[in-house]
Amino acid sequence: MAGLTDLTAEQAIAALRAREISSVDLTEAHLARAEADDWHAFLAVDRDGALARAREIDAMPERPPLAGVPIGIKDALSTRDLVTTSGSKILEGFRPVYTATCVDRLERAGAVVIGKTNMDEFAMGSSTENSAYGPTLNPWDRTRVPGGSSGGSAACVAARQVPWSLGSDTGGSIRQPAALCGIVGVKPTYGAISRYGLIAFASSLDQVGPFARTVRDASLLLGHMVGRDPMDATSLDWPDPIAVPDAERLDGVRVGVVEELMGEGVDPGVRDAVEAALRTVEDLGGTLVPVHLPHSRYALSTYYLIAPAEASANLARFDGIRYGHRTDHAENLLETYENTRAEGFGPEVKRRIMLGTFALSSGYYDAYYGQAQRVRTLISRDFEEVFSQVDVVASPTSPTVAFPLGARTADPLAMYLSDICTIPVSLAGLPSASIPCGVSDGMPVGLQLAGPALSENRLLATAHALETALAFDTRPPGLA
Amino acid sequence: MPAVIDADVVRHVARLARLALSEDERETMRRELSGILEHVDQVRGLDLSEVPPTTHAIPLQNVLRDDAPRPSLPTELALREAPEVAGGGFSVGRMG
Amino acid sequence: MSDARWEAVIGIEIHAQLLTRTKMFCGCALSFGDDPNVHTCPVCLAHPGALPVTNREAVRLAIVAGHALGCEIAERSVFSRKNYFYPDLPKAYQISQYDEPVCLGGTFRYLTEDGERTVGITRAHLEEDAAKLIHTGGDGRRAGAESSVVDFNRGGTPLLEIVTEPDLRSGAEAAAFLKQLRQTLVQLGVTDGNMEQGSMRADANISVRPAGREAFGTKTELKNMNSFTFLERGITAEIARQIAVLEDGGTITQETLHYEPTPGEITSLRSKEEAHDYRYFPEPDLVPVVPDRAWVEEIRASLPELPIDRRERWMRDLGLTFEDAEVLSETAELAGYFEAVAAVAPPKSAANWVRGELRAQLRERGEEPWESEVTPAALGEIIAMAEAREISMPNAKAVLAEVVATGAAPREVVEAKGLGAISDETELIAIVDRLLAENAAQAQQLRDGRDKVVGFFVGQAMRATQGRADPARVGELVRERALGG
Repeated sequence: MAGLTDLTAEQAIAALRAREISSVDLTEAHLARAEADDWHAFLAVDRDGALARAREIDAMPERPPLAGVPIGIKDALSTRDLVTTSGSKILEGFRPVYTATCVDRLERAGAVVIGKTNMDEFAMGSSTENSAYGPTLNPWDRTRVPGGSSGGSAACVAARQVPWSLGSDTGGSIRQPAALCGIVGVKPTYGAISRYGLIAFASSLDQVGPFARTVRDASLLLGHMVGRDPMDATSLDWPDPIAVPDAERLDGVRVGVVEELMGEGVDPGVRDAVEAALRTVEDLGGTLVPVHLPHSRYALSTYYLIAPAEASANLARFDGIRYGHRTDHAENLLETYENTRAEGFGPEVKRRIMLGTFALSSGYYDAYYGQAQRVRTLISRDFEEVFSQVDVVASPTSPTVAFPLGARTADPLAMYLSDICTIPVSLAGLPSASIPCGVSDGMPVGLQLAGPALSENRLLATAHALETALAFDTRPPGLA
Repeated sequence: MPAVIDADVVRHVARLARLALSEDERETMRRELSGILEHVDQVRGLDLSEVPPTTHAIPLQNVLRDDAPRPSLPTELALREAPEVAGGGFSVGRMG
Repeated sequence: MSDARWEAVIGIEIHAQLLTRTKMFCGCALSFGDDPNVHTCPVCLAHPGALPVTNREAVRLAIVAGHALGCEIAERSVFSRKNYFYPDLPKAYQISQYDEPVCLGGTFRYLTEDGERTVGITRAHLEEDAAKLIHTGGDGRRAGAESSVVDFNRGGTPLLEIVTEPDLRSGAEAAAFLKQLRQTLVQLGVTDGNMEQGSMRADANISVRPAGREAFGTKTELKNMNSFTFLERGITAEIARQIAVLEDGGTITQETLHYEPTPGEITSLRSKEEAHDYRYFPEPDLVPVVPDRAWVEEIRASLPELPIDRRERWMRDLGLTFEDAEVLSETAELAGYFEAVAAVAPPKSAANWVRGELRAQLRERGEEPWESEVTPAALGEIIAMAEAREISMPNAKAVLAEVVATGAAPREVVEAKGLGAISDETELIAIVDRLLAENAAQAQQLRDGRDKVVGFFVGQAMRATQGRADPARVGELVRERALGG
């Protein structure tokens, strides 16, 4: 069975098409690993539902495009009748009445959902330690975090519990855990994938995206999700289909190296691995161009005003009336609200609700939220300027490799710094991918690539060429 | 100068956000928020009066829906996840 | 005001539910009076992950209203989140418009007996309505209720909020303004304007100041006035209350007040736990509305004549009185009906007939003119025959009654029933002479100068002719024949 769980999605689809394997066997093999779950990557495994769907697909005269390949879904995505908590106590046992558009599209295309993956509560965090249901462990080293907030979705792909998964990225929540778990993660252009059914953290930043062990798999999955959804007013008409890349050269491709993200604060081991990978760009015929994002130094501050402000409103609906947890200790409406929310939310969520409420409150809006939106404009302009010179920009995905569990939980700011490289791209709404590019301290290092809006095809082609040349082994050492 | 987060501000903001906080939590919150605000304060001093705000990274406009009814949820499904239901409605309990 | 030393300053905020088929941000059908929670979905229940999408028709109706209010239709408008917790607001924010509303600065014209008046319109913006809270136990209100439940059927209904300048000076003026605003919005199909069911609601901001002073006094906000009568009474009562407080040397507290119609009392709403801080910010889930200018113009061009323009035209061109014009423009249907009659009959007579005899006869049957058997052409024909004295007034009414009942053609009714006026003068003279001879005592009284007796002979003549005589002509003939001209 180990063989089945080592297949990439692309290989699995080929084998399924050729009827060499069945979806039931493939799903069963992955279910077994997901249920054993030595990393606590899953919050829920839907054995019955997954096998029923696999049987249905096996019985089809012609296999749908995704052919019955299993997938893990971040628990931030609404799945009808399948418990969805967004990593929070306040949604313990909550069974959604509808399925997120992106999940629905994948299921229609023949994906088999085997379970919901662990995450930082409401996607707020960079280590998955903020999950109300306990942390996920890094498949490369169980004493370290997998990154976050989509830590479960990254770990389950690295640990061969599924060939691919869905995560969501607000300030780096796909790219950073992909980097820390040594796999591929893609955050597409804002609006590429419908957010309908994605439990909102920061609406103007949230994007769904794929995790996979190859760029080609990630591209394939992405291709089945992009495009306008009448249920999401911010979703985009998609111009060209997402291609599964195959080019192995980078002739003529100009890669900008973001100077501000290569210096101070980046671990030397990470910098070495990224620099080595960048030399490969030149080996493949591409050129390296030093570029600057002068306002990126304000990005973290900007992000930590905008995202909590939006979150403070997005999380206000959790009031114990229509769904979710309700306190037993209330004599009146005010106590119902205050105690329900105090009992249901964890410390990081409360901190951000407080910060966001403050940033929007009377007398502070202009100085904080309003100002942050203006800085956001400057950051976007920086990228516009850079993309007049280069095709993609490159930097480390995370300034460090995976850190030990508990290392940053006491200091919110230290945790926030984990996303220093990914946040500028998020603020500008641009497509971005993290691919594994080397090892430092025995842990994988991620290379972040980003391009102009809607440039997914070129971005993924660049990522694929580099991935092929780097030949990184995504299998965590000692993985059973 | 960063805004001063004192106990009263924490209490006021917690009330706006409908979060019950114990005295200890309020103090922790005061300390942590002050630390974060000190960091984010770098954006306050910038002169950005000429810079328009970005509300959407990818600008779109006029995304409108036709006025065509879609099926609503069956009532029992709408009420299924409610902590407490009475007479076909979502129970709020005692309000005042 | 009764007190000339004080001047009241009043501004009105109107919330009108828009006549769309579906809610503001989701496809749930609008309804009234259905079982609770039958028109809900993940969006209007604010389920995790659900997103709003703006209803195009609501935007169109807002533009229609904006044109009628003389507003500028904004090049660009945006939605914002207005944050506050309440069980009838499932997201704990209302999607509304804040600094960029769809309609900006206008002037609404309305008519009084003294002529045209105007009220400045500050803005009009789109938002979503709250759901309905049902309180059980106690007296059905929140205070003292044992428990409350929420019905989300109404939640998310499109609303247009219209805010006026503080241009009104009395409760009566406010009521006259609101009545005509409502009429205009209803006739344009923007809202059904049903105040009792709450599809149109008005709040008033009220202050008083010493007559002649520029600066405004402290204002209060008066809520819960669900009819024109209550609006007028509530405002009048609040103005009186404020004047009494000020004359006692007191000060007005800025607060929200509730008008209780039955005792006619003003009560202060329970003070809030904290001052409101709505923390408005642009709604990231929605994108700006930038109405195509051609569309805006197309909407303007397709607007029907506004009620005030129609009334002014009737008074100016058709010679109608203020009151005629007011009554006949009450609904678009009535106005249309009247205009069709006035096209084929003298307008003043048309107004009298439509307002008077026609409505009186139809009232008994519970019918409206435009849905009755009486076509405007038929009524016009009856009026024309009466004016030409082809039929007498009593018989004209009898013809109308027959048309009301059967829809028959008026002229056929006249012929079939022989109701045509006696046009042969010699026939009338013969009748008058006969009556004078048969009633010698009364004839003598007439000759003795008791002119009132003419009425007796006219009555006799009408009876003798079954109403076919022209009563005025009969009277003249009675005098001529009795007194010898």
